[in-house]
Amino acid sequence: MWEVIAANRRRSALLITVMAVILVLIGYSAGALIGGPDAGGFGVFVALGIMTVMLLVYFTSAESVLMHGTCARELKREDSPQLFNVVDEMRLASGLEFMPRIYLIDDPAPNAFAVGRKPETSAICVTTGLLYRLNRDELQGVIGHEVGHLKNRDVQFMTLAAVMLGTIVILSVIVRQYFWFGGRVRSRSSSRDGGGQLQIVILVVGLLFAILGPIMAQLLYFACSRKREYLADASSAQFTRYPEGLASALEKISQAHESLSSANQANAPMFIVNPLTAATGEADSVFSSHPPTTDRIRVLRAMTGASFADYEAAYRRTKSGSLIGSQTLKSATQQTIRAPSNEGPIQTRRETHAVTRRYHGYMRLHCNCGLDISVPEGYEQDTIRCFRCGSVLTIPAAAPASPVPPKAVIPPVIPGIAPPVLSAGSALQFHRTNRNSWESFRCACGRTIQLSPSFDAPHITCTACGRAIAIT
Amino acid sequence: MPIVIILLLVLVGLVVVLLAWVAGAYNSLVRLRNQLQNAWAQIDVQLKRRHDLIPNLVETVKGYAKHERETFEKVTQARNMAVSAKTVGERAQAENVLTGALKSLFAVAEAYPELKANQNFLALQEELTSTENKISFSRQFYNDTVMTFNTRIQVFPTNFIANMFHFAPHDFFEVKAEEEREAPKVSFS
Repeated sequence: MWEVIAANRRRSALLITVMAVILVLIGYSAGALIGGPDAGGFGVFVALGIMTVMLLVYFTSAESVLMHGTCARELKREDSPQLFNVVDEMRLASGLEFMPRIYLIDDPAPNAFAVGRKPETSAICVTTGLLYRLNRDELQGVIGHEVGHLKNRDVQFMTLAAVMLGTIVILSVIVRQYFWFGGRVRSRSSSRDGGGQLQIVILVVGLLFAILGPIMAQLLYFACSRKREYLADASSAQFTRYPEGLASALEKISQAHESLSSANQANAPMFIVNPLTAATGEADSVFSSHPPTTDRIRVLRAMTGASFADYEAAYRRTKSGSLIGSQTLKSATQQTIRAPSNEGPIQTRRETHAVTRRYHGYMRLHCNCGLDISVPEGYEQDTIRCFRCGSVLTIPAAAPASPVPPKAVIPPVIPGIAPPVLSAGSALQFHRTNRNSWESFRCACGRTIQLSPSFDAPHITCTACGRAIAIT
Repeated sequence: MPIVIILLLVLVGLVVVLLAWVAGAYNSLVRLRNQLQNAWAQIDVQLKRRHDLIPNLVETVKGYAKHERETFEKVTQARNMAVSAKTVGERAQAENVLTGALKSLFAVAEAYPELKANQNFLALQEELTSTENKISFSRQFYNDTVMTFNTRIQVFPTNFIANMFHFAPHDFFEVKAEEEREAPKVSFS
């Protein structure tokens, strides 16, 4: 979609210019208000300094900042190979040159978003609530939508906007704090003219930031065209050749009643469904960042084929007005919709919780009195006392292997999964006591390893140190 | 004489615009062609990955279903034929045969519940399913790119550039209709 990519590039440049102009104006007026026209120059200097900080943050670590803001954790391939495979499939279908990194938010509300300034630094994030609700077709539709955003360079513009808004909010908080402390200092140095002037400049600038923050958020919503969500839906249908997948995924997401705890006004436009109104329903107003989900579902279900031309036809039938640029439509051809696959949810609720528990490193021990104890990974001792009944429980750990070496079992090498390190000197083993439920134990390096009831291999690889531990 | 100078300037301007357009069209054709070659290589990567996964799968299933020798042999033979196929038509046919053999292997595995609970088997099954999907998606992308490329070199203004610099239309990656209709004759002797 060349028109969209070009439009996003123009919008990014425009946003930077507009922000720079606004900041310079604020700086000059604040300075001039206080100390006359010469202090206006100092105000401009401060404003340009802030601009530089914003751009530095954007160009170096925008994705990490945004991911930290939503408490997302990066996933490795072995934690969820199916999710990685789905993203890989969409990468191939869309022709993206680089594989995006994948993050997980531990939240029962289903949602997803994508960030990235360049293809090499792009990242996709999903919530655990999404993973255990959607089947493979639906998850493919959602990932296809996010990859569509990546391809159309929407994320470039959105990341820039989010970083700028975030910087303004942070700066306003800092300045407000300084004002509260500076209030006391000012009385001491009020005899010195220069010091007092500086305080007032910073005070006014801070007040302006505090007022401007929410207004900037609204401006951001005007600047983000809601059309980009429809265009990403069209891209998803084109990549997956199965628009019903995304349609039923959107339906499931909008019917979920939980609201996402780590969403706020600054990062709401990035998500696939508006997280602030997901639980309560939304209106099609100029002030909302997303189009109503029911409209999106209707357009997807009205498609008779899977190409951009079919999406455009369905869009014109359900809503008035056109969407896709003519250059893209000229080269779009008829594509047939493929048959659905019959795979169920890619992970059960238990499995997603196991993934997040692994990240937190907790081990679950069951006491005979009925209490389940979660032991964190940093716990150094070998025993723990039950909180309810006081009995002492030993932490299950991998013990060095017995002197008689077991028959050498060569594990099958699976491409994409790291081969276990088999060194005779550091052989460890663990004896399972209960095969019908989850069992955790501690490796010699301290890492918690969890075995599921269906685990049946002769040994497991510790993800921290790489040692192979024989399971008996 | 100003009129002559103006006419000369207009002519120079037109030539410059024409050259710029020629350069732009040539560059876009080159970019598309490289994208095409990359997409073809991606299909290759996925096909190879499938070939590499199969021996592990056979070993894992053999551990649980020792009596299904014919199925294992069928799969191994089909895989060897796919690895040694040369032309595009041969490869497409061999890959179809391999897909059929894999389907029968998974059907056999359905009868062994211990096998279905085996972590290795499940991981391999997931990898193979995903590789099948990836093959079809990369084929889909390749065909889409071929369509765009062929259209671009055939429409009116750009076809001059294409002919001048010898951009040839590419073939789609699909099995021809006649080959699909007749059952592939493969001998397992």
